[in-house]
This record gives sequence, structure tokens and C-alpha cells, in this order.
Amino acid sequence: MSETLLEVRDLKTSFNVKRSGRKYRLKAVDGVSLSLVSGEVLGIVGESGCGKTTVGRSIVRLVQPDSGAIQFRGGDVLGARGAALRDVRLNLRMVFQDPYASLNPRRSIGDSVAEAGDINGVFKSRADRAARIAETLSAVGLEPSFATRYPHELSGGQRQRAGIARAILPAPAVIIADEPVSALDVSVQAQVLNLMMDLRERLGLSMLFISHDIGVIGQISDRVAVMYMGRVVELSDARTILDRAMHPYTRALMAAVPKPDPSQRIVGVVETGEPPSQFNRPTGCAYAARCPLASERCLAEAPLLRPIGPDNRLVACHNL
Amino acid sequence: MNRDGIALWLTPFLARPIALAGLCVLLAMVIAAAFAPWLAPYDPYAIDPVSRLMPPDAVHWFGTDQFGRDTLSRAIYSARMALLIGAGVVFFALITGIPVGVLSALFPRLGHVLMRIVDVLMAFPSLLLALGLIVILGPSVANSILAIGAGFMTTTTRIIYGLALRLRAETYVEASRSMGSGTWWLVTRHILPNLISPLLVQASFVFAFAQLGAASLDFLGLGAPPDIPSWGNMLAESRTFITRAPWLLFFPGMLIVLTAFSLNLVGDALRDRLDPRFRDVFGGEG
Repeated sequence: MSETLLEVRDLKTSFNVKRSGRKYRLKAVDGVSLSLVSGEVLGIVGESGCGKTTVGRSIVRLVQPDSGAIQFRGGDVLGARGAALRDVRLNLRMVFQDPYASLNPRRSIGDSVAEAGDINGVFKSRADRAARIAETLSAVGLEPSFATRYPHELSGGQRQRAGIARAILPAPAVIIADEPVSALDVSVQAQVLNLMMDLRERLGLSMLFISHDIGVIGQISDRVAVMYMGRVVELSDARTILDRAMHPYTRALMAAVPKPDPSQRIVGVVETGEPPSQFNRPTGCAYAARCPLASERCLAEAPLLRPIGPDNRLVACHNL
Repeated sequence: MNRDGIALWLTPFLARPIALAGLCVLLAMVIAAAFAPWLAPYDPYAIDPVSRLMPPDAVHWFGTDQFGRDTLSRAIYSARMALLIGAGVVFFALITGIPVGVLSALFPRLGHVLMRIVDVLMAFPSLLLALGLIVILGPSVANSILAIGAGFMTTTTRIIYGLALRLRAETYVEASRSMGSGTWWLVTRHILPNLISPLLVQASFVFAFAQLGAASLDFLGLGAPPDIPSWGNMLAESRTFITRAPWLLFFPGMLIVLTAFSLNLVGDALRDRLDPRFRDVFGGEG
């Protein structure tokens, strides 16, 4: 149970961006360390542009990090070649946000679902392939007959089920789910979330669940990492964070969750101002400009993640 | 393609009678080319000095030329040359445009170089480029295809490059890459299948303009050898008789216009079929 499957150490990823003729270096991820234990769901939450998606894309090698290390079962992910790379490709799998864009309109659902197996030569025969596709489609709650259908014949929820089916064939160890329900209707969101929790149990999956919606994150995650401007600002068990958020940014996120009771207004910690420019990162804490607790020290020195309190919690803040 | 697919492709034609008419004209052309020996009332090469420059009548529907050859028969046989040139040019444009466009999109550094070369070629007017190549290569049917094809290769490559750039950024391509797919897999499973429909449209326009290009070359005496019946050659040979025998120019001229026009109509209908704004009108994405 407690085997560390995936470990990300001091990951830094940046992009070249051109704005009005000038080149900038955008630091999307600026020193993130995470670990994923076998069987757990680690939620990554944060606002748009905080780098959470880039963490996921770095792990499946869609972007090349500047520095840092990613290890899967103790083996290097970023430098993997040959059989080791194939192992990484088959075990670290991604579910994408937009189910309308993530399936090729010209390929049948069956072909899309079997793609990882086809690329990596997993299937023994045509019959084996067909059986595995049918089995996987049933596992995500789709009729096996969907294998011959095309994406435009499916609803958004069905497409995302197909997207999940593609990620679980053949038997991966880790699913990196990048906002898998954000593009879906609220009613369908719940179904897909339930499916993912169900699959996690049945297939013994570990998951990196990336979302901006702290409500969704709270539902599915065992542990939660809160990201802000490319760094993790708070990391702890889901209950600990949801019940007693400590970092001022996490508290602001929690306070912004809509309450079922409309008379209960959002009060207390309310975000003031925009996050600072990503091209021009402040030397101190990136949150200082918006933070109610900010002190002199926050402007001068960036806080590091450190354990605070009794709950096995890491927080990056000077003032706690 | 299944039956629904075929029905979907036919709807834009059924919804617009003029596009259907264009399709029928093209079909007639294909039949004329395929069955020319049976359809043509006379041997297109048979010289009959007695009945020279006869106006259209019940015996010679399209009249006869200065050697007494039957204009209708020559016009029917010319459909072969028209189809050959059109198909050849489309084939040449695609066989060069697809690899250059797709590889340029996938490998940006290579693309930078290749696309600049295409830009340079594009700077020449296509007829001038064709004339220049014919001067170098010498006139023949194959060289006509090459010379006209070189002009259309550039626009086709540009279109493919643009489409492939867009496809490369699609999420399903990313998904495929995240599962370890290589270039060959991406091209054959994701990029080419999504290029087929837009290329069908492009092919119909290239086919149409190749007709005009071939007719121009033939007219200038730089295309097919003059003894081979082609609409352009017929125009070229008979232009000195324009006042005495206008039918010699009227029929081949009209056939060139009709063919190019029909191909444009068909191309328009195909494009509407692919344009998302019209998709609802014609029912669903295929």
C-alpha cells in the first residue's frame, strides 16, 4: 500500500512566449515536488495558469522540463528509453479535459480506446484486441457495440467515458486526470467522478487528479496539493485541508466555494487584485500582493514548504 | 465508407440542383473519355478533303474542320486528354504537396526551409512557371502535367501545411504522443485521415484550373502534340478560321468552360459539406 509509485522532485518547466515582439521565458512550474503512493489519489488544485496542467504534461513527457527529476517505481521517467520508456508510456496515462477534442473524429471509439496497446504492440491477436476493447468499454459503462461508433455519435459524458477507457487499456498504474470533468454538465460530472472512483477501487489505480474545482478535488482525493504560480503552497490530507485550510491562498480558495445557502455571503478572506505577471515573478512570496497576512519578509524572501501543526501538513508561508 | 457516409456526401448535391448538374457534366465527361471509340460517330483522325469546314448539320453535328475531320468526334476524344491532364496534375500536386506540407508541419526547422522554397515558387505566376518549365523540358503530355502541376503544388502544399499545423496541436494528437506514438503513427492514423476531406475539395479546384492551364499550353502550341485531339489544340488549329468557321472554336471553347465551371460547382458543394457553418443544414459531421 505504501509503496511510492511516482515521485516528482523539484520540477521546473518553462516556455518561450512572444508578447508584442519581445521574447519572455514563462516559468510555468517553478520547483514542484510531489509523491504519489500506490493506490492513492493526489489532487492538485489551483487557479488557471498556476502550472498544474504543466506538471501533468511533464510527467507524460508531452513537455520537456528544464530541470528536476521524475521517477516511476524508482526508474527515471524523463530519460527513459527502449523497454523502460514503453513501460512508462503504458503505466502513466492521461485523461484529457475536453472530450470533444481528445478523440479523433475520423477514428472509431474502439480504435481510440486500443491506441496505447496498438502503438506498443500489446495485443496478441485481433480477437484478443477486440475482447480487450469490449471488456474496457464495459468497465467504463459503455456498450461494447460502441467500439464501431464514431465520436460524433456520442454525448459529452459518453466521450469522456471513452477517454477514460483509452487511459485504462492496458492496465496502467497511474492515471493523470487533467480536469477530466470540467467540460461536462454538472449532472454528468457526478457520474464520471463516480466512475473514476469506482475504477480506482476495482483496478487499484493511483491517480493524479488535476482540477481548479476544490469541491471536485475534495470528493475524490486522499491528499491535496494546492498550487499557486508554479509552486505548491500547501500539501496535506484532503480532510485536513478542506476542514482547516492554513495557507492564506487555500483559505481564499475555500471561501470562494459557493455555498448551497444563497443568504450565506462569501465573507472574510476575499481575493484582492490579480496574481502578479508570470513573466516577472516577484522575488518574495508570489502571493504577497494579494495576501492579508503579508509582511516585509514576504516581499523579500520566498517561503519554502515546511511542516506546520500536528496533521502532517506542509505549508509555504512565513506567517503561520 | 458505409451507406450513411455516401448519403451524407450526396446531400449537398441534392440540396443544390446546379451542383448536381455539375456532377452530371463531369460524369458525362468520364463516360465520353471511357467509351470514346463507341460514342464518336467518326474516326477523329480521318481526313475528308471533300467535306472541309462544313457547318454543323445532321451528318456532322459539330461541323468539320479544315481537313474535313469530324469536330464532334475530336471533341469526344479530347475528353481523354482533359481527364488525363487533370488527374495527372492533381496526382502530382498531392504526391508532392502531402509529404512536403505534412513534414514541414511536424518538423518546424525543416518546415521553415521548405516553406520558404514554396514561397519563392509561389511568387511566379503559374502560367509563366509552366511556360518556363516547358521551354526547359520540351513540349509533351507528361511535361504539360509536370509544368502545370508545379504551379498547383505550391498552393496545395500551403493548404496541407496549414491543416497539418492545426492537426498537430489537436488534443487527440497529444493523447497519442503521450502514449508513445511516433511520426509514422501520427501521420497515418491522425493527420492523413483528417486531411482527406479538405483535400478532396482542393483536388476538385486543382482539376478545374489544370483544365484551363492545359488549354492555354495547347493553344500556345506548348502542350500536347498537335495531332492528339484536345480542346486546346482544336482551338489553336482553327483560330485562323474564326470568321469562316466559328463552330470550330465555339464547341471546344464551350467544353473547356463547361468542364471548369462544373468542377468549380462540385468543389463548392464539397466545401460546403465540410464547412461547419453549413454542416447543420446538410445534417451532421461524417
